[in-house]
Amino acid sequence: MTGLSAIELADVVKEYHSHGEVVQAVKGVTLGIGEGEFFSLLGPSGCGKTTTMRMIAGFEAPTKGVVKLYGQDVTDVPPNKRDVNMVFQSYALFPHMSVWDNVAFGLKQRKVAQAEIRRRVGEMLEIIGLTGREKRMPRALSGGQQQRVALARALVNQPRALLLDEPLGALDLKLRQAMQIELKRIQREVGITFVYVTHDQSEALTMSDRIAVMNDGVVEQLAGPREIYERPATAFVAGFIGTSNLLAGAATGGEMKVGGGRVLVPGHDGDVTVTVRPEKITIGTDEPAQGLSAVKGTVSEVVYLGTYNSYAVSLADGAEITVFQQNAHDATATAERGDSVWLSWQAQHSYVIGS
Amino acid sequence: MRGGRAGDRLLHLYTWLIILWLSSPIAVMILFGFNDKRSKSNTTWQGFTLRWYAELFDISDLTTALANSLKIAVASTVITVVIGTMLGLALGRHRFRGSGVTNFLVFAAISTPELVMGASLLSLFVSGNVPRDSVTIIVAHVLFSLSFVVVTVRARVVTLDPSLEEAARDLGAGAWATFRLVTLPSIMPAVLAGGMLSFALSIDDYVVTSFVNGSTVTFPLWIVGAVKTGIPAQVNVMGTLLFGAGVLIAVGNAVAARRRS
Repeated sequence: MTGLSAIELADVVKEYHSHGEVVQAVKGVTLGIGEGEFFSLLGPSGCGKTTTMRMIAGFEAPTKGVVKLYGQDVTDVPPNKRDVNMVFQSYALFPHMSVWDNVAFGLKQRKVAQAEIRRRVGEMLEIIGLTGREKRMPRALSGGQQQRVALARALVNQPRALLLDEPLGALDLKLRQAMQIELKRIQREVGITFVYVTHDQSEALTMSDRIAVMNDGVVEQLAGPREIYERPATAFVAGFIGTSNLLAGAATGGEMKVGGGRVLVPGHDGDVTVTVRPEKITIGTDEPAQGLSAVKGTVSEVVYLGTYNSYAVSLADGAEITVFQQNAHDATATAERGDSVWLSWQAQHSYVIGS
Repeated sequence: MRGGRAGDRLLHLYTWLIILWLSSPIAVMILFGFNDKRSKSNTTWQGFTLRWYAELFDISDLTTALANSLKIAVASTVITVVIGTMLGLALGRHRFRGSGVTNFLVFAAISTPELVMGASLLSLFVSGNVPRDSVTIIVAHVLFSLSFVVVTVRARVVTLDPSLEEAARDLGAGAWATFRLVTLPSIMPAVLAGGMLSFALSIDDYVVTSFVNGSTVTFPLWIVGAVKTGIPAQVNVMGTLLFGAGVLIAVGNAVAARRRS
């Protein structure tokens, strides 16, 4: 995050009226997005991430709160007067216009000189690799090409921020991964603030400088990808980002008794909830050394997943723990279904959840 | 497989019978426009002639009636398309107070018998002391064709991606520019279809027109009046030309549609 906030939301609330009931889609979101940042709003459908973005674009008016662009209050400014552009989930390319006319649309509306339009549209088409297809109609393009035209149509206006609403949702996996890298490259090249809405946690982790994880209309955690993954602030974040094991119990003297074993939680006492990622756990038959968190259980399922094996291990108290073990040397599993095993991990990998 | 082939042949036969059945009245109309008839009636073939094409406008009452019909059809179509498109957009896009009632009225206007519509319009005009002429005919024609435009436009609007208009707004277009550059071109096929429909409904309407025409005579009214004394072959020629124009529009539309895709 560099100095000035490109976008600021201050205690923004959005309420809808539906069948005589008031539904709060966004329940007081406050956040600042830095200039040139790749910022993601991540959450399940219905969490308020798209509504939040639409309030930044100007398509929805907040019920309460303030939206600022570069320090200027734009809460009541209509979308056509806001210096941000959006890439829509459906691309929303104008079907009756050629690629060229689609990309030139914004510049024409802004009454940019003809020669300047020609230069900038030409440049943009080159960046997205669609030079020579100016006269094509959108429907004659592949999904990936349409996606890039939508991107070009927004970027050519050199907006102060680009808003992307699940832009890769309609592409197949291979293309999506290629576009993730492509998007990141374009963002670095043009240096524009990107606000990216997605429900795909791996997409958000791959591309973002910072991520706001949203659930039920509030921001659960706002941090960098590493922080979000390694130190989830809430049980929701831990569960939503990747796979996570939750262990709850009472700790005394920095140690929590769980399922015939111990979880080290240095510096904590009383009731605590701990998350530990499946890939941090070692599975074995020998009792682990002191100084490690260690629990005993029975393997209830082994799933071979190519690059790794996934074990489901039931503890004595009924809790189930997932363990990933990398398939580094050979494909044989360390343990079979029904085996009695020890699970162990280092104290630093137990992360105590705030609430 | 033999049963299937026999079924295919039966289907072919059936299809051609339907086509024959649908097109025979048109064929007869076109054919008898070339009939070198001597008597008043035009029901038996008496030889080929192009006389009726040469003397197309020789019956001045008939020519006036056709001109009236064309003027009324054009005027009522333009008015219908403008109002109907606005209504269709509003009903397809928004839920508002009175939208349910409006939707019902649109349906009611389609299902009301023309006889009822004509009679009630006449009593409305009479009680309001409105003189009956081509203006009242236009009002009546707008009334019964409006629903068809509304229904076609509304059907198109509900399938429209709402983010198209948002994209235009987002790219700096105001409300009017968005409508002109994005919304209207997107619903244009429906607007044109609705327009053609209302033109066709207007040009051949007899029932409603006969109630509200006053002393203005339209093409269908003139023909019905001439039935008793025998329909002149010019009517066939005019019908043929109107039909030909319709075919040209339909073909042009199909070609344009193919070029678009």
